[in-house]
Amino acid sequence: MTAPRVANDLNTALHRLFAEDERVILLGEDVCDPYGGAFKVTRGLSTRYPHRVRNTPISEGALVGVAGGLALAGDTAIAEVMFADFVTLAFDQLVNFASKSTAMYGRHLPLRLVVRCPTGGNRGYGPTHSQTPQKHLIGVPGLALYEASPLHDNHTLLTRILDGGVPAVLFEGKVLYGERMFTGGVIDDLYGYDLADGVARIRLHDPVPPDCVLITSGAMVHRTVEALRELLLHDEIVAEVLVVSRLYPVERAPLLSLTGPARRVAVIEESTAGGTWGAEVATALHPHLWGTLASPIRLIHSLDSIIPAAAHLERQVLVQSGTIRHAVKELVHG
Amino acid sequence: MINNAGPSNSAAVLDEGVGPPSLSRLSDADLSSMLLIRHFEKNLLKLFEQGFLHGTTHTCLGQEYVPVTVTSLLGDADHVFSNHRGHGHYLARYADAEGLLAELLGRAGAVCGGVGGSQHLLRERFLSTGVQGQSLPVAAGVAWNLKRSTPGALACVYTGDGTWGEGVVYEALNITALWELPLLVVTENNGIAQSTPTGQHMAGDVRGRAAAFGIAYERFTDTDVTRLRAALQPLVEQVRHMSRPLVVEFVTHRLGPHSKGDDSRSPAELRAVRAADWALRYAAAHPEQFERIDAEQSRRVEQVVAEVLARPLTDWSPR
Repeated sequence: MTAPRVANDLNTALHRLFAEDERVILLGEDVCDPYGGAFKVTRGLSTRYPHRVRNTPISEGALVGVAGGLALAGDTAIAEVMFADFVTLAFDQLVNFASKSTAMYGRHLPLRLVVRCPTGGNRGYGPTHSQTPQKHLIGVPGLALYEASPLHDNHTLLTRILDGGVPAVLFEGKVLYGERMFTGGVIDDLYGYDLADGVARIRLHDPVPPDCVLITSGAMVHRTVEALRELLLHDEIVAEVLVVSRLYPVERAPLLSLTGPARRVAVIEESTAGGTWGAEVATALHPHLWGTLASPIRLIHSLDSIIPAAAHLERQVLVQSGTIRHAVKELVHG
Repeated sequence: MINNAGPSNSAAVLDEGVGPPSLSRLSDADLSSMLLIRHFEKNLLKLFEQGFLHGTTHTCLGQEYVPVTVTSLLGDADHVFSNHRGHGHYLARYADAEGLLAELLGRAGAVCGGVGGSQHLLRERFLSTGVQGQSLPVAAGVAWNLKRSTPGALACVYTGDGTWGEGVVYEALNITALWELPLLVVTENNGIAQSTPTGQHMAGDVRGRAAAFGIAYERFTDTDVTRLRAALQPLVEQVRHMSRPLVVEFVTHRLGPHSKGDDSRSPAELRAVRAADWALRYAAAHPEQFERIDAEQSRRVEQVVAEVLARPLTDWSPR
């Protein structure tokens, strides 16, 4: 059986959530049928659940605020911000209301709230529709950040997020929507994967001790796997990849147990440098790996630039498989 | 004139020749509620001077009749969203001077463990936050929930005149009108946003802004609780039973400073504001009842202050 595409898997996950919990409400711009969302992730929901799915005006601040109000009143609220770039318009609702409400009234107040954000570039949408803005929301007490991946079942992920009772943002790499989910532990002829404690590990079907461990999140999986093959076949470097689904707070324990005695570690993200998720991961791991690392954890980012629209210019700025391969070679060979 | 705004969005113009209408006799309960708020706030300013209060506070001296009027039209199922100037909103609903003062002083028995303080209260269906306009969409979300789960209940949001400068207010009003949500927006237009007169921060007026969304609107300059309640009651019923939003603007007066000692109004403006104080006028109209209840509430708050100051500090740790 062919695995579903990531957008379909997310859609199926949402349909299951709606069927399981009658308090689930979804709102966002253009999420209703027949359009079904800019990336078709919400297709079919408004037809099946007309009273629980709403198109909103172009009002990200209000739609995230409304979702917060729904969650406050006991609903399970799922909001879609059409492009992650626009989550900046909902910054107050996320940073000053939803996240703080879980604690600022002197007691724990669980909120079943997730804001879904189609994220990232390599799609030619240009400077205001291509960003990876995770870093702007990192380190907010009471706000959890997740990223969808082709290795993590989306129903499991969404259930985990909502049951956590902590307001969350789920970033969904736009490059993934048309790709198929990986299933059955197989990536390709060379690589397989397994899942433990929410972290997916990609390694050779017949594992050998790696020269390098690469840590990344969903949107970078395909580019990282491509780099993995090149590194193995052309550079004789063996690397393993850890793909996390919760970005923040960083889950240190599974990363530590899976990086094991690795002497070289890199974190790959599409974001520009400066106050990033990758830096958080490095900060979390350094004290524990200090004794075994041959060199500091390497951060692999996009260039410090806006994201151009033209394909050839966009490729030049964003992390590609070649960027990863080059950086890993430098890391391993010094 | 109190400020340089047009008459429709300024605080009530005090024309000495006409004067405000006389105040009807209220029930002891209503007057007690208003004077509880008055004495609570006056004692807060005193506690600041004495160094017992930490941070800041925003008093609603002069505006007490607004929450007392509004609260009397609300039921237990209704949600209230309050703001930075929210002590009156809370006390009108719960008469819990002990819990609120304990919250402000970080003492045992505090409504929110001393974590939220003056601007961040949560009790049952009462919630306040300190960012202007932030509550409007949240209240719209709650109103949507109520429309589905508890028809006839509403969400009530208090705003000031300054709140209307925030863009998210309009996003929320648009959604509320489109989705026919039972949302009651109460605007306490005291003619001044911190130090900025309404005429310097608001083009047009609240009426026009509500009209732009086709939202029902009513404006009151009266301070008489009996008349206000009678006028407001059928409008609030429409919010409940027709499930539609309503904006109510109370043209009112803030007797005190924005927070503690930051009043930049001229002596003439302050004289005019004080002359409009409902309490002065009520005391003149109904001296026996006023003096009796004023003394009762004064004693009550003094006792609360002494009792709460003697309590131990609250205990809280971040998760």
